[in-house]
Amino acid sequence: MLTLSSLSKNFGGLQVLQDVSLTIPERGIFGLIGPNGAGKTTVFNLVTGLLAPSAGIIEFYGERLNGMPPHRVTRRGIARTFQNIRIFKEMTLIENVSVPLGSRPRYGALSVLLPTRRYREAERLETELARTLLAKVGLADRAERLAGTLSYGEQRRLEIARALATEPKLLMLDEPAAGMNSSEKQQLMEEIVKLDESGLSVLIIEHDMSFIMGLCREITVLNFGSVIARGAPDEIRASSAVIEAYLGRGESPELSDG
Amino acid sequence: MEWLESFWATYSTLVLSVGTNVLLALSIYLTLACGLLTVANAAFMGIGAYTAGLLTVHAHMPFFFALLCGSLLPASIALLIGRPTLQLSGVYLAMATLAFGEVVRILILNAEDTTGGALGLNGIPQLTGWFEVALAVFLALYVLLALARSRIGRTMKAICQDETATELMGLNVRAYKLFVFVLGGALAGLAGALNAHFTFFISPNEYGFERAVEILAMGVLGGTGSPWGAVIGGVLITLLPELLRGLGHYRPLINGVVLILIILYSPRGIWDLLRPARSVRGPAAN
Repeated sequence: MLTLSSLSKNFGGLQVLQDVSLTIPERGIFGLIGPNGAGKTTVFNLVTGLLAPSAGIIEFYGERLNGMPPHRVTRRGIARTFQNIRIFKEMTLIENVSVPLGSRPRYGALSVLLPTRRYREAERLETELARTLLAKVGLADRAERLAGTLSYGEQRRLEIARALATEPKLLMLDEPAAGMNSSEKQQLMEEIVKLDESGLSVLIIEHDMSFIMGLCREITVLNFGSVIARGAPDEIRASSAVIEAYLGRGESPELSDG
Repeated sequence: MEWLESFWATYSTLVLSVGTNVLLALSIYLTLACGLLTVANAAFMGIGAYTAGLLTVHAHMPFFFALLCGSLLPASIALLIGRPTLQLSGVYLAMATLAFGEVVRILILNAEDTTGGALGLNGIPQLTGWFEVALAVFLALYVLLALARSRIGRTMKAICQDETATELMGLNVRAYKLFVFVLGGALAGLAGALNAHFTFFISPNEYGFERAVEILAMGVLGGTGSPWGAVIGGVLITLLPELLRGLGHYRPLINGVVLILIILYSPRGIWDLLRPARSVRGPAAN
């Protein structure tokens, strides 16, 4: 459903992405890995419309996303989280998750001024929906707290709940497990599997290899802005190009193993 | 009721000023609540004052019609200049709107044939009474409180905290910014139109940099967490100079000092001081 064809991005003379092609089919969990600075987050920024590609085509269900403003990309069904968590810290959890619901109002602008029964009913439904989404990521009991009071791992889960509130078809997670302890990671993996089962496609950037290898059906590896490998976790693990990208070229076989 | 009459005779201008300043504070609240530092509101006020004043003085139009035009014209101009300027942020937005304010002031100053130039516009009929001001403040406050409670207020709060994240939630941030800017322009214009009809005389310099800063001070002093913050700011900034009357020319200085103290000790304004319940909810907010 998402197709990137020969995508390139330059910042001035700096080539961040070169000729990256990638296809995400409907359903399934996919990984995007690579050393720091490989261009992974740039791919996310291009797809969500925060950056414009220098060349290439981004298509979602056959529709070109190039040049579409971010809010419209989101409405087409692409949601994301951020590497450096960007929740609304001074709002409650319920409010955080309710923000995206405002893009699909169930009532007209005038009823804001003259609250009718239908308006109150719609507001109540929104709050209920927000609670359900918080429950999905295990934060229902903290619904009335300010988001800034949550722990790091909880903030990441809140960000996922907020992304889900946009009703995405494709969810893109930028290092969702960063800063989590191993039990939190385990819990997050289970949640992501459930998302896949509910019919979403998930694209994950992550540095934690056991996390990525354990979840993904297919992994794409970026290095210096180019795709150097693509395949199932086992193929990636065995790929000499990937090992070289992460560990460097060894002088002797022993070194390249370590 | 005699004391009321004598009170009104002495203080009517002050009471009406409190009302129009609250409107101005509400107008800057709208943009500040979205995290936008705009200082065009003094200019919008001036456009509203001159539009309404010229309509009643020269064209002998009904007061209500003059008020309507006095808020619609600045709103239309806000719509026009908002599209390009609201793409800027932070200090750049402040500079652009400040420049716009100067352009408006100089235009009014030089269009002598219609506006009277530096001599100002004289003999504006005193049509503004307590009823018009009270009604305007009530309506503005009602609308803004309703907005603040609704999904629109929630979106404004979100934009203030993280514009990009809000946009990626599927919300048209540019449209929201333009909306608050235009509504702010309409309110500031209405305040100007009302103000002109109880001061008898207006001149371009009333709507310059000093006024822009005063309006900003009302918004910041009261706080942008709620329209009530703007009300507090508007009332205080109007009454403070009266209470400090003995200080004469040093009054603006005291305004500045009060503003600095508030920014240092309660950066989110007085409203935030009055309402500590919120931060108690979660433990150890950092």
